[in-house]
Amino acid sequence: MKLELLSAVELGRKIAAREISSREATTYFLDRVDFLDARVNAFVHVGRESALALSDQVDQALSSGQVASPLAGVPVALKDVLCTDSMPTTCGSRMLEKFQPPYTATSVANLLQAGLIPLGKTNMDEFAMGGSTETSFSGATRNPWSLERTPGGSSGGASACLAAGMAPLSIGSDTGGSVRQPAAFCGVCGLKPTYGRISRYGLVAFASSLDQVGPLAHTVEDLAASLQLLAGHDSRDSTSLNEAVPDYSAELERPLAGLRVGVIREHLEHPSLDAEVRQAVLRGQQMLKDLGATILDVTLPHTEYSVPTYYLVAPSEASGNLSRYDGVHYGFREKAENAEGSQLEAMIARSRSQGFGAEVKRRIMLGTFALSAGYYDAYYKKALQVRRLIADDYRQAFGSVDVLLGPVTPRPAFGLGENMSDPVQMYLEDLFTVGANLAGIPAISLPAGFSEGGLPLAIQLHAPALGEARLLNVAYQIQQARFFEPKIAELS
Amino acid sequence: MTSMPYKLVIGLEVHAQLSTSTKLFCGCSTEFGAPPNTQVCPVCLGLPGALPVMNQRAIELALRTGLAMNCQIDSVTKWDRKNYFYPDLPKGYQISQFDQPICGEGYLDFPDPEAPGEMLRVRLTRAHLEEDAGKSMHDEAGGKADSRIDLNRTGTPLLEIVSEPDMRSAQAAKAYLTELRLLLTYLGVSDCNMQEGSLRADANVNLHLEHEGRTVATPIVEVKNLNSFRAVERAIAYEAQRQFEAWKKTGQEMGQAPKQTRGWDDAAGVTVPQREKEESSDYRYFPDPDLVPLRITQQQLDTARGELGELPAVARRRLESSEGLKAYDADVIVSQGRGVLGYFDALIAAGASAKRVSSWIQQDVLRTLKEQNLEIEDFPITAERLAQLLVAIDAGDVDNSRGKDVFQYWLDTPSANLEQAKSALGIESVDRGEIESLCRELLEENPQVVAQVQDGNLKGLGSLIGAAKKKNPNADPKLVRQLCQAMIEAMG
Ligand SMILES: [Zn+2]
Repeated sequence: MKLELLSAVELGRKIAAREISSREATTYFLDRVDFLDARVNAFVHVGRESALALSDQVDQALSSGQVASPLAGVPVALKDVLCTDSMPTTCGSRMLEKFQPPYTATSVANLLQAGLIPLGKTNMDEFAMGGSTETSFSGATRNPWSLERTPGGSSGGASACLAAGMAPLSIGSDTGGSVRQPAAFCGVCGLKPTYGRISRYGLVAFASSLDQVGPLAHTVEDLAASLQLLAGHDSRDSTSLNEAVPDYSAELERPLAGLRVGVIREHLEHPSLDAEVRQAVLRGQQMLKDLGATILDVTLPHTEYSVPTYYLVAPSEASGNLSRYDGVHYGFREKAENAEGSQLEAMIARSRSQGFGAEVKRRIMLGTFALSAGYYDAYYKKALQVRRLIADDYRQAFGSVDVLLGPVTPRPAFGLGENMSDPVQMYLEDLFTVGANLAGIPAISLPAGFSEGGLPLAIQLHAPALGEARLLNVAYQIQQARFFEPKIAELS
Repeated sequence: MTSMPYKLVIGLEVHAQLSTSTKLFCGCSTEFGAPPNTQVCPVCLGLPGALPVMNQRAIELALRTGLAMNCQIDSVTKWDRKNYFYPDLPKGYQISQFDQPICGEGYLDFPDPEAPGEMLRVRLTRAHLEEDAGKSMHDEAGGKADSRIDLNRTGTPLLEIVSEPDMRSAQAAKAYLTELRLLLTYLGVSDCNMQEGSLRADANVNLHLEHEGRTVATPIVEVKNLNSFRAVERAIAYEAQRQFEAWKKTGQEMGQAPKQTRGWDDAAGVTVPQREKEESSDYRYFPDPDLVPLRITQQQLDTARGELGELPAVARRRLESSEGLKAYDADVIVSQGRGVLGYFDALIAAGASAKRVSSWIQQDVLRTLKEQNLEIEDFPITAERLAQLLVAIDAGDVDNSRGKDVFQYWLDTPSANLEQAKSALGIESVDRGEIESLCRELLEENPQVVAQVQDGNLKGLGSLIGAAKKKNPNADPKLVRQLCQAMIEAMG
């Protein structure tokens, strides 16, 4: 049986029906990782022993009828930004190369509680800063569909491991598009939930007001089933929402008749938008129309400010969040021998110069500058004001439509190294995704077939805050209408 | 001070540790004196992914304090990050409050140390909550540069109470701090133990001089971490003199030199320049995205107001107006703290007269507490028992001096009731006739005293009282004196 061709929910069903044990499934995927990952570099850590031990426990619990979760026994890959007490957490950084957290992220703990089996930790841009997984201290991840291209970022390992069939489900994080963009580049589904829907406790912070854990999967059912486990209030995260978690899977079958879909004019008409991506969005629009939806033209007037706003807010918060990596308490330290002046300052400066990569340093500098006394009002404060305008744009739009449709990225997966010398070009790739983070609303990336060059294409849907059920419902209906088929890249 | 050629201008920043059982943003204990790094968790260690969750108790205590200090309380308060690098600051920023503190402008009245019965007022700028940092311990013995960090204190809730520069003398600053400490202990919001660092003060000091027809201000100096009342008084007095000398030498005025930070060397009795942890003091404050702004409800304010209890200023007025005590006596009782005031009130409630209670507390009770190093809560003589004695003295059943014998007896035998104490000490009432014959006896035995008194030297009467007590310990000294004097005059 080719387990990589099953969705996580299907695999869960087989495990629950005892057609296959969790141990067999886990072994199967671990073996695929062993066989394939040398070429993809999706994993930075594989926890074979702990995964097998855990799968035995789950098998035992299943045989005595103790686990009721539909994903019990199903392997899952975790982005290395999520703290795990049984595996290292490096965040793709030399700074945390040997860091072993003494605790586990709430989101991961929820998955463990439901009997999922973490296979290992997936590669990512350093501290989730980047759009190509090339800034990782562990080296770049490759796109299984074209090994000379990036899988996207920063959850590049999380999307690549799915595309190569090395895991049936994976968990990423999305600060400005870091789940949706790699999902789009790798031909899988990715969900960024409403800000606060999933606990951030144990998610290593990049930009606290934007970060959100999000699942990546082959099917919309898998996203719904995993969100069901991940979502909910956490008393350890003050920003987590104290709202009931709906039954996401129950909503999937709802017909789309009467649905109002807004097509984002600024996104569809954007000069940077690749023709094939544009065609994919138009195909999605037609499909929704065929499913009974009304299509409306919607405008998000502040779209052009979203990238600059994002690149002020996110680095500002990051400059604070990354201050703790000073070489004092844990993580990377470079000694201050032969330093002029204060040994302490030299130690901190050297640790940070050598522990962080170029992109992280660039953003720390940007954030430090934007928050500094003379520039706060001109940059940080202004960015917060514009952020409000952007959120208002979405609110306005959702006054007349239920979901918004547009592209995820301007173009399909770009080549490795292509944007590395041009950070601004790299930042512009986030144009269509950062809005959802700035507004705190949920958005989903869905596969939309392949380009003529054989690269995955994708479309994006947005919903109002806490509108995940509706969002997943629409996405599921599109999937059911065979808008896309889950596919695994063949690595020869 | 008036003889000085300058006006001293002082503002105090007082850090009071709030009496919460757990830290400001996590559940770790705040108990003092535990072995290093035993009261820590991922949150207070600032580990990657850990998130702060506000301690509601700290909010309650801060509100109670703000109301007692007549502060303006806005309906919304928020948290900010204050960024700086220091080894005992695990996150690289301190969570504090910048532009929306929990308590706004207020004031505190306190007894003028130089004019008994008069009050002085210090205006308060604000009081804000913040987390404490850890403690660095440097061991440089034997040429080692060995530093260790104890993070037990990290995250302990502090209320920083900032005054306007309204104090004009070191004594006034000390008196303000004394009243503030008294208020905080009455409110039960802080134990204000200065040895354990639960109350620390920084003093901002400068001088205003009349020079060539205009008022000149010297550069402000902040004297850090004053941890005793004596230190506050001495440091300010020293600093005033030092600034005056410096001004005579350099003529430097405010604005011509940056604000300086100095430390107080208690042993040497001097202030010494301190290198700032943060060279430029650009803390790059910005709203902490991990904590949502906090709404203060009317109900919270009402609850806090209900928990204020009787404040020292009100208690002083009550003791003066309702109990008829002199301002000085009322202040002594109230300044001993809520425990002694409660003891006073219990004595009054049991029927003893206020003036007698006041004098017994001030002379006997407080002396005993001091000698035996006791708190009033541990004082062996209950208020009920002492009240019985004082009522008996008021009624003339026991004379005041025999009452002191009972008091002494009770210190060792607190279980004895008044009758038992009296019989153990052989106290019985003596009738007037008996005293009269005793006095006659004494005059016959001491003709030289009679002659002295007749010459107008009344001192000799004292020796007669002593002799009378030897013959009959229950002889009321006042009556003996009175009768002897009358008889000698009659002999005249
Ligand atoms: Zn803690």
